Amino acid sequence: MSATVDAQGLSCPQPVLMTLDKIKKGSDKEIVVLVDSNTSKENVSRAAQSQGWEIADVQENEEGYRLTIKKD
Amino acid sequence: MMLKNIFATRWGIIGVGGLIGVLAALLQKLGNPGNMGICVACFERDIAGAIGIHRAAVVQYMRPEIIGFVLGSLIAAYIFKEFRSRTGSAPIVRFVLGVFAMIGALVFLGCPWRALLRLAAGDGNAIFGLLGLTGGVWIGTLFLKGGYNLGRTEKTHTSVGWLLPLIMLGFLALMLIFPQIKGEAKSGILFYSLKGPGAMHASLIISLSAGLAIGFIAQRSRFCTMGALRDLILFKQTHLLSGLIALVVAAFIVNIILDQFHPGFAKQAVAHTMQVWNFGGMVLAGLAFALAGGCPGRQLFLAGEGDGDAAVFVIGMIAGAAFSHNFGLASSPKGVGPHGIAAVIIGILVCLFIGFTMRKKIA
Repeated sequence: MSATVDAQGLSCPQPVLMTLDKIKKGSDKEIVVLVDSNTSKENVSRAAQSQGWEIADVQENEEGYRLTIKKD
Repeated sequence: MMLKNIFATRWGIIGVGGLIGVLAALLQKLGNPGNMGICVACFERDIAGAIGIHRAAVVQYMRPEIIGFVLGSLIAAYIFKEFRSRTGSAPIVRFVLGVFAMIGALVFLGCPWRALLRLAAGDGNAIFGLLGLTGGVWIGTLFLKGGYNLGRTEKTHTSVGWLLPLIMLGFLALMLIFPQIKGEAKSGILFYSLKGPGAMHASLIISLSAGLAIGFIAQRSRFCTMGALRDLILFKQTHLLSGLIALVVAAFIVNIILDQFHPGFAKQAVAHTMQVWNFGGMVLAGLAFALAGGCPGRQLFLAGEGDGDAAVFVIGMIAGAAFSHNFGLASSPKGVGPHGIAAVIIGILVCLFIGFTMRKKIA
C-alpha cells in the first residue's frame, strides 16, 4: 500500500511542499501524488527527481494527474 | 506518452528568460520608457491611469503589453489543453495582496521584471530593490514552511476563467475605438499622457505582438521571478532562477549593443535613490507576491489560463495603483511620495496578519 498526497486544487509550492514532507518522513517507498495541473505535475516530478526518486507512472484523468513516485 | 513540454526544461526556461530580456530592451528602443521595456506593475498602473481611476497625468496609457500577456497565455493554454477555469482560493485575500503588492512596487518604482531590467541597464538602485524582493520572498517562505496557504481552488464554469481575458479584450477594443490623438490628453473616455513615462510607448501593434509572444512562452515555461527566488530559498532549486538570470544577461547584452547601458545611481530613468525605501517597498511587494503565489507577470499568465484567483490579484494591483497615486503613496524620481512610507509599513503589517492567521489544514 502506497502513501497518497492529495494536492488537487493547490498551486505551487504546496504540492511540492506536501510531497517533500512525505518523502522526508522516510516511511514510504512509493508515493501517489494527485495534482490537477500540468504545472504541478512538472514541479512535483522535478522535486522528486532531485531527491533521487523516480517517476514510476503518470496517469491523466478527468480531475488531473496521478503520479506514482518510487525510491529503490 | 505525452508530448514533452520543451519550455519547461532547463534550456526552455533559459530561452524564455532570454527572449523576455531581449524583447524588453528592444521595446525600450522602440519607444517604451527608460529601463522600462516591460514593467508589469508600471504598465498596470498606466492602465489604471488610462481608465481614469487615478489621475496622475504622466502615467496614463492603455498598455497593450499587459493585454498581450493575458491573451498570449490564453492562446497557449488552449492550444496545449491547459486552460482550466478555477477559483475559490480566498479571492478577497488575493485582492488585498494585489493592492499592497502594487503599493510596494510603486514605492520602489517597478515590478521584479523591471528591477531586473533596471539592473541590466546599470541602475544601481535596483540592487536595493532586488535585495528587498529577496527579503520579502524569504519572509514568505517562512510562512509557507509554517503551513500558510489560502486553501484549494475549485473547478468552475469555463466562462469564469474567460472574464479577465474578456476584460483585456474590452481594453483593447477601447483603445481601438478611442485611439491616441496627438497633443490631446483625452480621447473619448480614455486618458493619455502628454509627457512623462505614460507618453512613451512603442506602437500598438509592436507592443501587442511582443505581449502576445511573451504571454505564450511564459505560460508554457511557468516563468516567475518570485517563484525563482522562492524555489531557491525553499528547495535550493535553480530551475526558474536560470530564466531570471537569462533575462538579466540578455537585456544587458542588448542594452550594450543599443547604447542603453548607463551604470550609476543618480539620475537613472524613472528611479529614485532613497535606498531604504527601494528596499522596503520591495520587501512589501515580495512578501505579497510570495503569499499570493506569483509575481505580477505570473499572475497575468495564470489568469490567462483560467485562474480566477490570479485574476482577482491582477484587479487588486490595478486598484492598488489607483490608491497609490490618489493617496500620494507612489514614488517619483524625486523620492518617495508623502504617504509612501506609512503605506509600506501598513502593508507589511497586513501581510504579516495574513501570513500568521491563514494556516488552513489541508492534509
